[in-house]
Amino acid sequence: MTKAAQRDLFPGALEMMILRTLKRQQLHGYALAQHIKRASDDVLQIEEGSLYPALQRLLKQNLVKAEWATSSTNRRVRIYKLTAAGAKHLEREVSSFERMLEGITRVLAPGEL
Amino acid sequence: MNWLSQLLSRRRLYRELSEEMQSHLDEKIEQLVADGMSREEARYAALREFGNVGLLEEKSRDVWAWPRIENLLSDIRYGLRALRKNPLFTIVALLTIAIGVGANTSVFAVLNSVLLRPLSYPKSDELVALHQIAPGAAGLADFENGLLLSPSMYFTYAEHNCTFQSLGIWTAGISNVTGLSEPEQVRTIFVSDGVLRALNVPPAVGRWLSQSDQVPHGPERVMLSYGYWQRRFGGTQTAVGQNIMLDSRPREIIGVMPKGFQIVSQDFDVMVPFAFERNNLSLAGFGNYGIARLKPGITISQANADMARMLPIWMDSWSNGPGQDSHIYETWKITPTIHPLKQEVIGNIGELLWVVMGTIGVVMLIACANVTNLLLVRVEARQQELALRAALGAGWARIVRILLLESVMLAMLGGLVGMALAYAGVRLLVAMGPSNLPRLNEISLDGRTVGFTLIVSVLSGLFFGLIPVLKYAGRGPAAALRSEGRTTIGRERHSARNLLVIGQVAMALILLVSAGLMIRTFRALRTVDPGFSDPQHLQLLRISIPDSMVAEPERVTRMQNEILNKFAAIREVKSAGFITEMPMEGFESGWDQIFAEDRVYPAGTIPPLRLYKHIAPGLLQTVGTKLVAGRDITWNEVYGIRPVVMISENLAREMWGTPSAAIGKYVREDPGMPWHEVIGVVQDVRERGIQEKAPEIVYWAPMVKGGFGGAMRTVTFAIRSRRAGTESFLNEIREAVWSVNSNLPLASVRTMQQVYDKSLARTSFTLVMLGAAAAMALSLGIIGIYGVMSYTVSQRQREIGIRLALGAQHGHVLQMILQQGTKLTLLGVAIGIGAALGLTRLMTHLLFGVSANDPLTFAAVSGLLTLIAVLACYIPARRAIAVDPVVALRYE
Repeated sequence: MTKAAQRDLFPGALEMMILRTLKRQQLHGYALAQHIKRASDDVLQIEEGSLYPALQRLLKQNLVKAEWATSSTNRRVRIYKLTAAGAKHLEREVSSFERMLEGITRVLAPGEL
Repeated sequence: MNWLSQLLSRRRLYRELSEEMQSHLDEKIEQLVADGMSREEARYAALREFGNVGLLEEKSRDVWAWPRIENLLSDIRYGLRALRKNPLFTIVALLTIAIGVGANTSVFAVLNSVLLRPLSYPKSDELVALHQIAPGAAGLADFENGLLLSPSMYFTYAEHNCTFQSLGIWTAGISNVTGLSEPEQVRTIFVSDGVLRALNVPPAVGRWLSQSDQVPHGPERVMLSYGYWQRRFGGTQTAVGQNIMLDSRPREIIGVMPKGFQIVSQDFDVMVPFAFERNNLSLAGFGNYGIARLKPGITISQANADMARMLPIWMDSWSNGPGQDSHIYETWKITPTIHPLKQEVIGNIGELLWVVMGTIGVVMLIACANVTNLLLVRVEARQQELALRAALGAGWARIVRILLLESVMLAMLGGLVGMALAYAGVRLLVAMGPSNLPRLNEISLDGRTVGFTLIVSVLSGLFFGLIPVLKYAGRGPAAALRSEGRTTIGRERHSARNLLVIGQVAMALILLVSAGLMIRTFRALRTVDPGFSDPQHLQLLRISIPDSMVAEPERVTRMQNEILNKFAAIREVKSAGFITEMPMEGFESGWDQIFAEDRVYPAGTIPPLRLYKHIAPGLLQTVGTKLVAGRDITWNEVYGIRPVVMISENLAREMWGTPSAAIGKYVREDPGMPWHEVIGVVQDVRERGIQEKAPEIVYWAPMVKGGFGGAMRTVTFAIRSRRAGTESFLNEIREAVWSVNSNLPLASVRTMQQVYDKSLARTSFTLVMLGAAAAMALSLGIIGIYGVMSYTVSQRQREIGIRLALGAQHGHVLQMILQQGTKLTLLGVAIGIGAALGLTRLMTHLLFGVSANDPLTFAAVSGLLTLIAVLACYIPARRAIAVDPVVALRYE
């Protein structure tokens, strides 16, 4: 794991992004990785593999579910889907993230010091 | 997903995970190849972007794992590896624990089965024994069972009580069964209605005996025990309804009780209903055990009060004959002392079992101390490893856990081996235990015993694991690492081990003192003259002649006389005789008062009860009981029904001061009997065992007129011969009896030695148990002292080398080391003596002829223990000074 990626993401960030991505459409692991990469314009240095521990955590908490299926490239893949609990969780996480971001932004805002 | 299916599906989960990650990589590679990379380049690029596959896979798996348990498992694996790596330590420690746990589990199994488990009757806590005492009836104090119930008491209690669901009386006896194969004597149990209903155990076959079966002159019926049914009827259902010839009378079998069924703790073959003729009953006849089931919610004191209320009703309803005051029993102060049936069954064995349990517990402590010692040495050797672990970031808690886990594991493994030992141990205990140990057939290893073993193992593991932990784990790694390579070790390091040695010596001393006291008890018992001699060459057997076989009393005695003559004709028989019961045989004896002609007895008082025996001429000489004054009864006097009698020495002294003063005096049982002249005074006989005081005895002839006279139909024959107990001798005896009457069975065939040993069984069992415990304690203690001393010496090798190099004398160094060991030992002995003085008092009841603080035992044991301990120090000390100083110094 590249140190930068590990340092740049706070705990739960990757999970949040996965949930957000899956909210729009169900995807398998590879496609999910490519989507997050593309969407972040490669700003975030995420190891593709680090997706999998995060997916396992989400599976265990019942926030996503997975099914084996055949992909468009005729490959046996596991398709991840958001569950109802996952959707609710995402909502909570996003709003608390936004509050946090707001706080951080205020502190960082120029002129206050 | 619940934890179980999660555990089961874990393997599939992991497989899918690998597959998924592989598929991701493949797809990536293909994408890159399609974008124009070579396959090789694409593979590297894909892997680079993916990250560390192995690590990510492990992290993904960890999501599903239980880190706590899996860490524990890895610690256990680590511990097992550590134990395997040091086999000598492991084996010694395991064996020490296994022996300790094994001994403890076996004794606990017995204790649990006998004392703790409820009796095997339904709702057994409602069952009580109808016990009563009569402090006003002198002589009754000798009765082990207090005042038993008379049949008239039974009717009163059964009909007038308001606290019992059901109530009955029972007594054990012996009957002859004929017509099946050889004539056979069987154990009968007589029960009144109410006994079976109180115990409430349904029959295995057929039906219970009930009230309709105890009608006098009605149809005669019996029930069989399971064992007898199997033995004699092959367990066939058709046995019910058949007749059995019991004492020459046919009785119909109506049912069979289930396997293992006993009445209180009495085994039997045949159960016979009482058939009392209600109108002919008197107040007396106190020969039956009472048993009852309390109504729910009734306490024992309420039941006692209920019984006390009924005693006047009993005295008003019956009498002992015309002109007799039925309220004379008021002077006896009869008091009901009902107790739980369980207590009746267990008797006084509880105290013995607790003493043995305590003793074995101390052995366990000593074993633990030894293992602690071993662990201390081991932890010391592993200190650097532990320090390294700590330095590398293992938390204190983790190191404590590793150390504790290792010792608990050791203890559990030891416990497992101990459990196997206990399986054998219980068998040994049952075989060795007093044959009168109650509930013997119920002893087994049950869940509670397994639980006990588990608890003992874990606790001892924590005990001997915690001491090294407290000593070492608390230290900083720096201190431990710094001590690397140093071999002169500070004083404080030894304090734990020294304490262990002191403790071991003290505990060993306690056990040795207890064993010593038992040995002294045994010796004291052996020197007591029991009232018979050379029991090994005295053959005993019992024969009963029922009145259905021989009705006329005199013919009974003549038949017994004829059997004696046949015995006398057997090769190498010196003499033979018979008596109603031999000492220590345990048969219920007759007791009654005796009046002397030269005494005045104030009206309204009852003189003390004396043991009555009926004795054939020549029996005293055969058995080896000495005549203190006067002479034996003769056959002419027997057949002439001459009014002559013999009494025991203690009775003669009590009544007339000296044995010779008793000769020529006259006594009788009651006014209905002629005065009998005292013609002989017989030495005191320890009737109820060596430990019990010899009772006062009146020896009547086999046939007596008046009183409860007539002929004695059930007697014990005693034959003096060198061949006693041999098979050929027994065959000849059997033939001799059957030549007189072929329907006479022989029962209780044994030598007097067997009877004597059985009466000593309790004491010898205690002796063997305490002896074994003390031997274990001593050897464990010696190993402990030796181990500590040799370790200390090996640690001080360099110091000793320096001392020797600087010119210290060998003798001086030797003395120095011995002194250290002796000091610890003496301290232990002193503490042990203090503790033993307090603890041996608990076993006062088990001792005989020796005080619980017997100075001789204490001195001898202390001396012996000190001597052995010093010897244990001497060997390592010798080794230390034998080492060349140069070698010792270079050792560093």
